[in-house]
Amino acid sequence: MQNKKLFSKGRNLLQKDSAKSLLASLLSVLIGIFAGALLVLIIAVFDKDITIGHGFEAVKLIFFGVLSKGRAESGEILFGFSGVNIGNMLFRATPIIMTGLSVSFAFKSGLFNIGAPGQYLIGTAATLITALSIPSTLVPPVIIWILAFLSGMLFGALWGVIPGVFRAYLGINEVLSSIMTNWIAANLVTWVFENSPFRNGAESGKVGYIMKTSANSVTTAKLGLDRIFEGSQVNAGIIVSCLAAVVIYVIISKTTLGFELKACGNNRLAAEYAGIKGKNRIVLAMAVAGGLAGGGAALYYLSGNTEFFWSTYQSLPTEGFNGIPVALLALSNPLGVIFSGCFMSALSIAGQQLKNFTAYNENITSIVIAVIVYLSAFSLILRNLFSKRKLRQEKSTSFPVNLAKREIEAEERQAQE
Amino acid sequence: MSFLIQQTIIYTIPLLIVALAGIFAERSGVINLALEGTMIFGAFIGVLFINISQANGWFQKENAQLLLILTMAVSAFFGALFSLLLSFAAVNMKANQTISGTALNMLSPALTLFFISVITNQNVLSMYEGDAASWFMLKRSDFGFEATESLNFFESTFLIRNYLTTYICIAIYIILSVILYRTKFGLRLRSCGENPHASDSLGINVKKMRYIGTTISGALAGMGGFVFSLTTANASATGDVAGFGFLALAVMIFGNWNPISVAGAAFLFGLFKCIAAAYATIDINGDGVFTLAQLGISTNLYRMLPYVITLVVLAFTSKHSRAPKAEGIPYDKSKR
Repeated sequence: MQNKKLFSKGRNLLQKDSAKSLLASLLSVLIGIFAGALLVLIIAVFDKDITIGHGFEAVKLIFFGVLSKGRAESGEILFGFSGVNIGNMLFRATPIIMTGLSVSFAFKSGLFNIGAPGQYLIGTAATLITALSIPSTLVPPVIIWILAFLSGMLFGALWGVIPGVFRAYLGINEVLSSIMTNWIAANLVTWVFENSPFRNGAESGKVGYIMKTSANSVTTAKLGLDRIFEGSQVNAGIIVSCLAAVVIYVIISKTTLGFELKACGNNRLAAEYAGIKGKNRIVLAMAVAGGLAGGGAALYYLSGNTEFFWSTYQSLPTEGFNGIPVALLALSNPLGVIFSGCFMSALSIAGQQLKNFTAYNENITSIVIAVIVYLSAFSLILRNLFSKRKLRQEKSTSFPVNLAKREIEAEERQAQE
Repeated sequence: MSFLIQQTIIYTIPLLIVALAGIFAERSGVINLALEGTMIFGAFIGVLFINISQANGWFQKENAQLLLILTMAVSAFFGALFSLLLSFAAVNMKANQTISGTALNMLSPALTLFFISVITNQNVLSMYEGDAASWFMLKRSDFGFEATESLNFFESTFLIRNYLTTYICIAIYIILSVILYRTKFGLRLRSCGENPHASDSLGINVKKMRYIGTTISGALAGMGGFVFSLTTANASATGDVAGFGFLALAVMIFGNWNPISVAGAAFLFGLFKCIAAAYATIDINGDGVFTLAQLGISTNLYRMLPYVITLVVLAFTSKHSRAPKAEGIPYDKSKR
């Protein structure tokens, strides 16, 4: 009897939308990784310089790159716990967890924040200028750190407000205006830094970069993490970003504001009819999203050992765009973002390992990520694969809207029970 | 003056042709955010084709123009192939087109750079021999001018030191615009972007039309990407087209999805790009004074202006925007 009960419980779990979505996410991850592995093997077959054995070695690295310990003297690639890799994974996860939160938060409100790269850039500029221009001889570095972090968030938020206002008050699609603000940010940041004293003129050949914040003795505290993960760049930033995820989770699922945002995302007209100030909420959602992206930039560049290449006018930062796959994989769940962010950065570590130890290069991980995003775009179909019920008519126009809708439905069902 | 015009043409043509690519996709009801990615892919394929042809000696320098035309066709073909990924997601899988477009924009540079570094062990793929100007630029001898013959303004501006691609692209732009706006086929395609249910009820195959629109869009964007890399990057592929795909989207919105306005917008934006790239050396009226350089306006401002203007124009014209009504909405037969 007990068994049967457990079994039916398990089946109920599978029937739940969230479980199905999770399975769909895992499936897109698997397909993505297999696509990367397949490409690697195909190259191995056609390239005379690369043997099939090397191909399989590379495939192993794609799957378990974060555990790689480099080549042994016998030429074999060793696997095991590697403090450097896992520490660096956490370090790189820090900014993309924040941009992932940014995109998720906007998703929940029915907005697609493709403007995260621009907000990230503006946040970077504000952070660096604050961190480098307040003399650490007068102000304690901790205070400067906090000010720099806050200014990164503030300016990121301001940059997010622009598409928010355009969307709320003029009805312009936030995707279009975000693309414009992204490129305006890219040029603006170049302009700001072009002849500025913040460029690293001290070291030769480094004038294309902004000084590290450690030049002004502003660095993120390590909190002993560097002892656990020896030789890596990890610092307390990862803890800050995890805290941010928890805060966003609480805001979205436990507060009135979160409910209002989700209501706006679901159906703005209905929400306004119910007395929610829809326009106001859209602008607010974009401000928070921008602030999160800017904060991610601040956490990355305040670490003290990262350099910012200031001539950004030709390309946008990948950390901003990677917020999109992170949010999609986590199905916009803020706590899930922590895991999908770590997964994405584990992939990029794997790419680095590929570049160091095989004839392949790090771009393979970007391919894997792109395939995952592509599949997430039609995750609705994937999700329905797991559903035995007859498909309900679902409006498939916009993924975020559906997500919000489904959540509200689930909550309602729970309330009824 | 001729220098200014020639430089402006160089930046205008890719914008023009890629903006038309955007029009075709959006008019059929699919938002093609992947224009940037398709351009990158087209540029890579084009340069790769030139590289391989030169390495195998298929074409000599005398037949360079033939090679150029063939390369345009090849990159258009592969651009169309690449765009099938978008139409599959958007039409068959009813996916969110913004996300699929973003995915393709991530996929294309990654794939391109992956292959470039596997092929060359570097991050750039160039021509096998020679450079773009010496191989493909139109020379005096191509028109039968003597080396010492003095040329009039028209000849020296629009004939020599131009690329054949410019005129092919303009011809394609005109022909396709006429097809889209003056033929039965064009009307049907546009109807799918405005009211697909009405089109379907009249016997038009909406899925097929959207596939056609997106495929033409991919072909044009792939070709535009190659033209961009040929004329501005000395026929090399780096997995990057400096945001031209997004700028083309801006051109399309600025031009309100209308070919004539889009051509004007492309020229305006091309002028800005040209000024930003070369404002210190532009001598407008030939009196030896570099007026623009003396104005002392930062090159960054010129680079930024197209996007700012688009944003401002969006703000003022959003009420009269002529964006296709059904763009971005997957067609679902069961919903009327």
